[in-house]
Amino acid sequence: MNSSVIIFPGSNCDRDMDVALKKFGFKNKMVWHNDDELPKSDLIVLPGGFSYGDYLRCGSIAGKSKIIQSVIDFANSGGLVLGICNGFQILTETGLLKGVLQQNKNIEFICKNIFVKVNNSENKFFENIDKDVLELHIAHNEGNYFCTEDELKSLEDNNQIAAYYCSSDGKVDDKSNPNGAIKNIAGIFNEKKNILGMMPHPERMIDQSLSGEDGSIFFENLLKNLK
Amino acid sequence: MKIKVIVTLKSGVLDPQGKAIQQTLNGMGFANVKEVRQGKYFDIDIDENDEQKAKLSAEEICKKLLANQVIEDFKII
Repeated sequence: MNSSVIIFPGSNCDRDMDVALKKFGFKNKMVWHNDDELPKSDLIVLPGGFSYGDYLRCGSIAGKSKIIQSVIDFANSGGLVLGICNGFQILTETGLLKGVLQQNKNIEFICKNIFVKVNNSENKFFENIDKDVLELHIAHNEGNYFCTEDELKSLEDNNQIAAYYCSSDGKVDDKSNPNGAIKNIAGIFNEKKNILGMMPHPERMIDQSLSGEDGSIFFENLLKNLK
Repeated sequence: MKIKVIVTLKSGVLDPQGKAIQQTLNGMGFANVKEVRQGKYFDIDIDENDEQKAKLSAEEICKKLLANQVIEDFKII
């Protein structure tokens, strides 16, 4: 399986993602934001970081970069796109995903492990995954997901909520909501479920000696689903 | 011609920075401050002499980049 990670000025999880994808068997290429064309890929990843220093709004400038039109075309033709953290913010700014990531409710940068309950039905990202509660890492200042009531209703009606912040035993409650996100939303899909944006970083949880291995479960399962 | 743009959060959208500023002002003794909403201001120099045309450009600029209309409104002044 071929994957591509797009690098923007200020991305800082691009190499972690590269390591993670290769570890689980993807042939990964790094793509500069100013390139015109994407290499042939089964998966495009918009990595975490602080593209363009979070100027204007997080992800807004990266969302207008040269390569983005190719990413939009790829996504619209059914290609798999994964946006993590800043990548999620970029996806909302391009309009590929609904809503917006606002500043965390407590006005603090949050950097810690959290648990998410993932949606494992009808999507290539989580289908058949061994566990539906994963321990992942978050590190963000703007992760407070917000959308209009109509958008929320359509996300819920179409089963587009990809991950909810929850307790270690999978309970979705206020106490496990780190940033004030509406309905504890940590990640969403587009309508066709070929685009996933989420704040938690699976690429930071691929080694027991560093952090944990629930990210490994995610990548192994994703590769299996793509084969 | 010079165009000024103000981008503000829509009413009802949470503004944690505005809230922190309001609480700080209250703490400083400005007890009469009931609410603060923080926004952004842009000075844009558009190479256009026709005011109508410049404002039309500015509107497109706001819609396409300066404001995220899910949560923000803009005013061209």
